[in-house]
Amino acid sequence: MTIQEETTALAPAKLAIDRVSKSFTTGRGTLQALEQVSLKVAEGEFVCLLGPSGCGKSTLLNLVAGLEMPDTGSVTADGRAVRHPGRERMMMFQESALFPWLDTIGNVMFALKLKPGLKRAERHEAARYYLKLVGLEKFMHSNIHELSGGMKQRVALARALAPNPRVLLMDEPFAALDAMTREQLYGDLQRIWEQRHVTILFVTHNVREAVSLGDRVVLFSPHPGRICEEFKINLPRPRDINSVDVAGYATRITKALKGMLQAEGATP
Amino acid sequence: MKRYLTIFCFFALLITAWQWAYAQKFWSPVLVPSPESVGRYLWEAALDGSLAEATLVTLKRLLAGYFIGICVGLPVGLLTARFRFLQDTLGLLALGLQGLPSVCWVPLALLWFGQTEAAMLFVVVMGTVWSVVLATETGVRNVNPLYVRAARTMGSRWLHIWLYVIMPASLPFIVSGMKQGWAFAWRSLMAAEIFVTILTGFGLGHLLHYGRELHAMEQVIGIMFVLVLLGLLADKLLFSPWEKWLHHRWGTNKA
Ligand SMILES: Nc1ncnc2c1ncn2[C@@H]1O[C@H](COP(=O)(O)OP(=O)(O)O)[C@@H](O)[C@H]1O
Ligand SMILES: [Mg+2]
Repeated sequence: MTIQEETTALAPAKLAIDRVSKSFTTGRGTLQALEQVSLKVAEGEFVCLLGPSGCGKSTLLNLVAGLEMPDTGSVTADGRAVRHPGRERMMMFQESALFPWLDTIGNVMFALKLKPGLKRAERHEAARYYLKLVGLEKFMHSNIHELSGGMKQRVALARALAPNPRVLLMDEPFAALDAMTREQLYGDLQRIWEQRHVTILFVTHNVREAVSLGDRVVLFSPHPGRICEEFKINLPRPRDINSVDVAGYATRITKALKGMLQAEGATP
Repeated sequence: MKRYLTIFCFFALLITAWQWAYAQKFWSPVLVPSPESVGRYLWEAALDGSLAEATLVTLKRLLAGYFIGICVGLPVGLLTARFRFLQDTLGLLALGLQGLPSVCWVPLALLWFGQTEAAMLFVVVMGTVWSVVLATETGVRNVNPLYVRAARTMGSRWLHIWLYVIMPASLPFIVSGMKQGWAFAWRSLMAAEIFVTILTGFGLGHLLHYGRELHAMEQVIGIMFVLVLLGLLADKLLFSPWEKWLHHRWGTNKA
């Protein structure tokens, strides 16, 4: 099976998050990070989780990744409960989390090494394919510290895509980048998502970013983390973050966000 | 090329100054021998094989002890980093003993093992092991937890994470710990060799000691010269390549 065939052989997964609660106990007491959160994500859907920081977005992503377990409720991918991390659900972080002791292609191959039944040459070929997909084939043997922030996130994207996951979990992956680089990456991500059709959960606190990427924007409110509103984005793709349509949706969502924060301020 | 020239000129100048001081007879020639007599001693010792043999004996002790020290220190460091209980017990012990000048192990080693190779080995191991334990522990504790999370989402588990994520991520710390361990082991072995005669092999320390007994200053200085050379060589062969690679990969200071 070629790499291209492989990427379409598996359908994207659907996710079901059912009445999930999660709290953290620290020295200062117990903190309810998520309370009774339910969310369904269709196969191949691009869902953006939006909310001020501290409202449990990363926590939810970690639960879906299987890096943490919910206190109550369940997380299922294609009807099967998520119990541990797995290659079919790959995660990208705000910092690239690339390994500095490996070169660029070594980083992309790391995930492939753990995939059974691949020969070294096949791994190498696959890694090159994904580096090419994100436009970094020329930097195959660069050290990580030699890459710019945007390039690092591209490598991280290639690394996340390489094991051919069915779900991509992205935790504010572009938050630390400058606006120009970010806009390029929006384009790349949409192009790749359309080709690959993976299911994407994308965390952000940038309203326009959420609107220009997502099929759906899910608004979170803090203390305790809850889903308070959802917006379906009916705009054709590819979308331009500076377009009037995006701005229209963004205004509505920002208003909802403000209302939510005021309500929160009134009842501390 | 220019750098080698600089190095050569510097040392040529140093020896010239020495020769000059010797010729001026500021001090008795017993205390400050001529560069020539030191050279002659080294030449003769090299020819009759005594120098090579002593070097071999010393290096064997050093390398064997160092190797054991690392083989013990690395896993212990990993364990103390992983388990709070071990950190509070073994880790604290390591911290205390690492602060102890490693020469202090010599009397104890002699009482325990007598004048044997085992005593020498023990001293070298004690010089190495605590530094390696502490550096490994610190290294592991400083691993960005994000690396581990990323690796886990890629399907990495337990042993794989330790071998392919935590160990390489803490490599900068581990290498500097190994370097420190080497320095401590080297110093304490010399002290042990100077203090005690061990009949199974005369190391460089013994030659230094006999030089003093015989008032053969050219021997003392000659051996010191060899020791300096060995230290430099170890640095250039054992550690420099690692450090260069680390700097290159991690992008830490461009030396
Ligand atoms: N491992 C943890 N231990 C203790 N508290 C945590 C932990 N992870 C998250 N929290 C707390 O849970 C809340 C939600 O965190 P997070 O999911 O990171 O929010 P967000 O990603 O929306 O900014 C925060 O108040 C945070 O301090
Ligand atoms: Mg977060």
